[in-house]
Amino acid sequence: MAVAQDSDGQGKGGLGRVFVVALPYLWLVLFFVAPFFIIFKISLSDTAIALPPYTPVFEGFGAIQDFVSQLDIENYVFLTDDPLYVKAYLSSLRIAAISTMLLLLIGYPIALAMARASASIRPTLVMMVILPFWTSFLIRVYAWIGILKPDGLLTLLLQAVGVMGPEDQVQIFRTDTAIFIGIVYSYLPFMVLPLYAALEKMDNTLLEAANDLGCPPLKAFWRITFPLSLPGVIAGSMICFIPITGEFVIPDLLGGADTLMIGKTLWTEFFGNRDWPLASAVAVILLILLVIPIMIFQNQQKKVA
Amino acid sequence: MKSSRFDATVLTLGFAFLYIPIVILIVYSFNASRLVTVWGGFSLHWYQTMWSNQGLMDAAWVTARVGLLSATLGTVLGTMAAMALVRYGRFPGRMLFSGMIYAPLVMPEVITGLSMLLLFVALGVDRGFWTVVVAHTTFTMCYVAIVVQSRLLTFDRSLEEAALDLGCPPVKTFFRITLPLIFPAVIAGWMLAFTLSLDDLVIASFTTGPGATTLPIKIYSQVRLGVTPEINAICTILIGLVTIGVIIASLNTKRAELRRVHDEHMALRTPS
Repeated sequence: MAVAQDSDGQGKGGLGRVFVVALPYLWLVLFFVAPFFIIFKISLSDTAIALPPYTPVFEGFGAIQDFVSQLDIENYVFLTDDPLYVKAYLSSLRIAAISTMLLLLIGYPIALAMARASASIRPTLVMMVILPFWTSFLIRVYAWIGILKPDGLLTLLLQAVGVMGPEDQVQIFRTDTAIFIGIVYSYLPFMVLPLYAALEKMDNTLLEAANDLGCPPLKAFWRITFPLSLPGVIAGSMICFIPITGEFVIPDLLGGADTLMIGKTLWTEFFGNRDWPLASAVAVILLILLVIPIMIFQNQQKKVA
Repeated sequence: MKSSRFDATVLTLGFAFLYIPIVILIVYSFNASRLVTVWGGFSLHWYQTMWSNQGLMDAAWVTARVGLLSATLGTVLGTMAAMALVRYGRFPGRMLFSGMIYAPLVMPEVITGLSMLLLFVALGVDRGFWTVVVAHTTFTMCYVAIVVQSRLLTFDRSLEEAALDLGCPPVKTFFRITLPLIFPAVIAGWMLAFTLSLDDLVIASFTTGPGATTLPIKIYSQVRLGVTPEINAICTILIGLVTIGVIIASLNTKRAELRRVHDEHMALRTPS
């Protein structure tokens, strides 16, 4: 029946079907995939003082041999030679890895508590996790400035409680600690929701069986709950790790002048130094670093869908 | 029970962490004093200065138009993409297609923004209002596709098949049967797309041009200069709008769900 239906649908709605697939398809090819080729191409060109500030690498089909001879990897050589860029990549990966671990450590107990709550309040809890995500990212990062500033609310609170003397100030703002706080705060919903989705589906009879057979709760957690929630752990970790590596807003607003993160470096190269080819090379290498995590994420999503 | 007390503590601390900064922001938008740490009494002063700040209001207007347009376009394209993924089985390049749907969700914004800008430059398009709309449409359609896709996967196809069997043309079937049934997901997708567009700083910064400064760009440049209570005021209004929108949408979804369950019960009871 289903087969007959499908072939029938193809006969009648053939054109409509092509349209439904082709329109979003072409849109994404033009505006999402094609730009990557352009970025790659421009990363191989020279900076020029003009607008756009790069020399065109490819003009017309007659210039193919010119194209090949003109390509140069100067920008990439520059990136790998300058320890500043290498450090920025490594530091971004480090910050993203540490943040993802922190997010897991904080997000897991929350997701578990949500999954164990009674079924009637679970939708409300999910809603409460999603709601902050709907409010602007920028606003939420900005809110932390007022809290973490040396003369901000955290200092005020600690002084009032008596933990700090009236002259002391919290020295968190514009440090890596502030970046971690900002990242964990902004990405927490992205970690909690996939974890919750995995934990909520879990069959509770398995835990009951383990309990009946005398397995202590902590051991049952490591032997049953955690392995079963692994798809959620992987999905949540990838959803957080990949964008955090290229994060710009958080290190820019909460981090210090010496904070190295590649998203910030790219922004400075582009908007500050107006070196488009170098900014493109920075982006291409970042993309190469993230290919494996992105593929893990895609695989995970396909399994879920 | 011990574990339930542990759970309650975890949830309380977790939600406190998520909400306290937002609550502080809202409270201080009504602060008469310019200083963050001094409470100078309740005042609507910052709302007045915000209202008379022409630059801020222009930016809000640009953002609203970009959001409405890109969310609507993104919803149409995203719904089509979801239909293609769920209904049309195999077609050439399906792997690439689903890859293109998922990748923008995690792609660092600096990469997406820069690459789109370079495309617009390569095409010789003047950057401004429309380039931001196109850029936002491109990444929001992927979110819509995911939301609508999950609804289509749990969708009972027998109604659709019945309509097609009775000779209803596919396009009409879609608008009369499928669309009304997946409508809550489409609306949720639209709202998500709208808020994402409203929120975006990085991609808009790359793809915008003269005369199309969006609110996040404006807020960002003011925040860089220092905390101003005016920003608290406009943030509070944004939070209020989004909260109201989300609550209305979730009530609507709940009502639609109840009605659907009710209808299905009635349908089953009716003797055939």
